Amino acid sequence: MAKLLFNQPSPLETRIVSKNFGLESSETLDVYLANGGFKAFKKAKEMTPEAIIEEVKASSLRGRGGAGFPTGLKWSFVPRTSPKPRVLVINADESEPGTCKDRLLIEYDPHQLIEGILIAGLAVDAHVGYIYIRGEYRYLIEKMDRALEEAYAKGYLGSNVAGTGFKFDLYTHSGAGAYECGEETALLDSLEGKRGIPRMKPPFPAVAGAWGMPTLLNNVETFSAVPSIIRDGGAAFAALGTPKNGGTRLVCISGHVNKPGVYELPLGYPMMKAINEVAGGIPGGKKLKAVVPGGSSCPILKADECDIAMDYDTLAKVGSMLGSGGMVVLDETTDMVRFALRIMRFYQHESCGWCIPCREGTTWLRKILQRFYEGQGRREDISLLGELSKNMLGRTFCALGDAAAMPTISIVEKFTEDFEKYLAKQNKSELVTI
Amino acid sequence: MTFSPELEKRFTALLTRYPEGRTRSAVIPMLMYAQDETGAITGEVIEEVARRCKVTPLQVDEVVGYYSMLHRKPMGKFHVQVCTNISCLLVGGEELYNHASKTLGIGHKQVTADGQFSLEEVECMGACSWAPAVEINYDFHHHVTPEKLDELIRGLRKSQ
Ligand SMILES: Cc1cc2nc3c(=O)[nH]c(=O)nc-3n(C[C@H](O)[C@H](O)[C@H](O)COP(=O)(O)O)c2cc1C
Ligand code: FES
Repeated sequence: MAKLLFNQPSPLETRIVSKNFGLESSETLDVYLANGGFKAFKKAKEMTPEAIIEEVKASSLRGRGGAGFPTGLKWSFVPRTSPKPRVLVINADESEPGTCKDRLLIEYDPHQLIEGILIAGLAVDAHVGYIYIRGEYRYLIEKMDRALEEAYAKGYLGSNVAGTGFKFDLYTHSGAGAYECGEETALLDSLEGKRGIPRMKPPFPAVAGAWGMPTLLNNVETFSAVPSIIRDGGAAFAALGTPKNGGTRLVCISGHVNKPGVYELPLGYPMMKAINEVAGGIPGGKKLKAVVPGGSSCPILKADECDIAMDYDTLAKVGSMLGSGGMVVLDETTDMVRFALRIMRFYQHESCGWCIPCREGTTWLRKILQRFYEGQGRREDISLLGELSKNMLGRTFCALGDAAAMPTISIVEKFTEDFEKYLAKQNKSELVTI
Repeated sequence: MTFSPELEKRFTALLTRYPEGRTRSAVIPMLMYAQDETGAITGEVIEEVARRCKVTPLQVDEVVGYYSMLHRKPMGKFHVQVCTNISCLLVGGEELYNHASKTLGIGHKQVTADGQFSLEEVECMGACSWAPAVEINYDFHHHVTPEKLDELIRGLRKSQ
């Protein structure tokens, strides 16, 4: 390894999208080309758009941004022959608490991302793309700009991509601090220079997206997986994972583990093995209390629910989600009231205020949790938290309301005893003061 | 308003990257880059960005109110942002924020009297696996301990 990575890689990883991480100057086009870069694009150029989309479908790649929608299917929705030009949008807003992977893909392998975008361009006949990068990632915007400049200078972007006659322009676009702008339609409003507020769907962005044009929007990691799918075939990628859950993904492990880090693991990897072996287990021999499986919006899992395979369908079966790949590990010492409050403070701060159930709901939930945390909780508050949250589900334009409600419902239901402890402590101190 | 030649170059590039007639799209990036130079989004900056992007000042103003990184008042020369969101919380992010507040003698979104430092408790900034994380201006610092933060702050004070 020539370069110190953010964390040491694990021998248990299957490195596909991260295969170039750690190579000397991996962010340069020359190194990318020397390691098989742009072979996939050239292959795709010889394929029909339908064949490219079929290959992506065969890979059973699912969106890595959060919702896990099948990527090939999404690509097939874009009206390729529309008289309006198609636009590609690359979601690099990366703001779901627990998630820190798109950052590495841009930092270490920006040309893999560019190649994935170009292949998507061939598939939906788009000739322009915008990489929406959160404002806090300014250093990455600069790195991406340098990679784009190099690609233009060497003929891998512009009017004649890799000498094939294909035309494609690609730009970065800076966000300015707003979690909501990671939601696809709010992102489009933000890209248009407005406040990031979600749009009514339908029409879906595939039909009317940025500036009313048909728009294909995917996460950075989703696009980054495409070159290997085209190069080695969709079936090979699919075979790495489990049925309908193709390939590998970057799992961001954080919290109470000895070796927190971003690791590339095949879909269906055993969760306990990821915690105990890949991430080195829980420090101090403490016991596992809970796991947030895919970013703060996912319903939390109790320790005894974690002996599962990490793929979209298994997580759905246990009532949670694989989300954005942000896996947060909590040991037995974690105070779930404090944890739930911190999650709610986030969602309340980030609610764009457009939908009343989300704006008001997150505010009330935060107030109740705050009161509980400060020792002013009431027994009824425990059920009130659950009821309020349930009333938000499905009643908003975008999924931020659900994202706030789901973890709260699960924490209150699964860790009621933590709330009880607060009540008991409160009562005891009251006795003392009397 | 006059900007540096580098910023002018950036603005020119920004205005040509969106589809025909869609210069409004340049508003947010322009505000971000302008703020780096002017220190804050003043009324004058709003007017200027509006003029260049061919929108009304009100359309720019409402954007400024929405995005957390756009400030109407200048922050410190070194804007210290401490994440206390879940991954950071579990490994001491909140204690780190309180420590920063004590060391700098300021609270959330406040600026020191000499204008050198400002502090902000921020949401997840994509450094969860290397928590607790701090961003000073646009520089990320990972696995930050109170001692490491003190050292960083001392270093910045000296660099004056
Ligand atoms: C509130 C909210 C925030 C989101 N934030 C992000 C984000 O930061 N990055 C991302 O890729 N997707 C995010 N998403 C999901 C996007 O809406 C969208 O589903 C995704 O980018 C599609 O790409 P994919 O199919 O490749 O995953 C968010 C969704 C919601 C509701
Ligand atoms: S939670 Fe602090 S950087 Fe993600």
